[in-house]
Amino acid sequence: MAPTLTVAPVPTVRTHKGAVATVTFKAALPPGFHANSNTPTDSYLIPLTLKWTGGPLQMDSIVYPKAALEKYSFSDKPLSVVTGAFEITTKFKVPANAPNGASSENGTIRYQACNDRMCFAPKTIPVTFSISVD
Amino acid sequence: MKPTLRLAGITTAAALLGLVACSPQRPAPTRATVKETNQRKHAPDFALKDANGKLVHLADFKGKVVLLDFWATWCGPCGIEIPWFTEFERKYKDRGFEVVGVSMDDAGWTAINPFVARKKINYRVVLGDDTTGDEYGGLEALPTTFVIDRDGRIAAVHVGLADKEDFENAIENLLQTPAAPAGVDSARADGTNADGGARSHS
Repeated sequence: MAPTLTVAPVPTVRTHKGAVATVTFKAALPPGFHANSNTPTDSYLIPLTLKWTGGPLQMDSIVYPKAALEKYSFSDKPLSVVTGAFEITTKFKVPANAPNGASSENGTIRYQACNDRMCFAPKTIPVTFSISVD
Repeated sequence: MKPTLRLAGITTAAALLGLVACSPQRPAPTRATVKETNQRKHAPDFALKDANGKLVHLADFKGKVVLLDFWATWCGPCGIEIPWFTEFERKYKDRGFEVVGVSMDDAGWTAINPFVARKKINYRVVLGDDTTGDEYGGLEALPTTFVIDRDGRIAAVHVGLADKEDFENAIENLLQTPAAPAGVDSARADGTNADGGARSHS
């Protein structure tokens, strides 16, 4: 069965216009599986990516989890991967014209997982969090 | 294309064939146990395009032993097996053997062509689709490789990285068996049985 990346919900982000909001998603892969990091060692490999697709905030930067270099039975050289629990952090700017009150920011995480004998199709999962702008 | 859909369920199909023993987290290597002739099911025919746009059908290989490999450029374990298959193609081609690689890359030939060149793949490669994946039980994991006898029946299937020796034993075994005489049901590449029944893996 293909492994599922679990992503914990993020509490509502309370912020104000002109501020910087930092949002961290805590994600986890089941034991025995890995996903390519955001900077895989081979151009053919599909990187872990977070994309923000809609919402009132302006994405400033994304910090991906620190990759581990691990050797697998199918690779001649170590691969840059993430395993187990990890975090992806995004910094947002809150624009001056952001609407007051409640809204949400939406995005997707794309990953491609393997174990040491087989690989699973790339998956794209939605992520979201609620915002309250004063 | 939808690789998730395309890949869904081949492990189940393999389990139904009784040829795979694996756990979700750390599957054991699959063994190339060749099924007894009367336990083999017809391999579904397909019509998939190669890099030149030419349609390739499984039926084109009627009378040959075929190693049908579902793979993708992003699949590390697939990259281990591909040089073996290249070697098999060279070693056994003259005895009535063909490798057919079915790439499940969403990116299509822009991803596949450089990989084929880099790996010096010497066998037919076609671009897979959802329908073919479904016909072969769905595809949950790659590589998934079917070894098909001269009569178009699935003799063995591997899900995940297998042992080279197991593949080779299966190929040698199947090459020693001639195709059934014409008129004897076994290798109908249209996927039906002699009585016209629909094909099934189970």
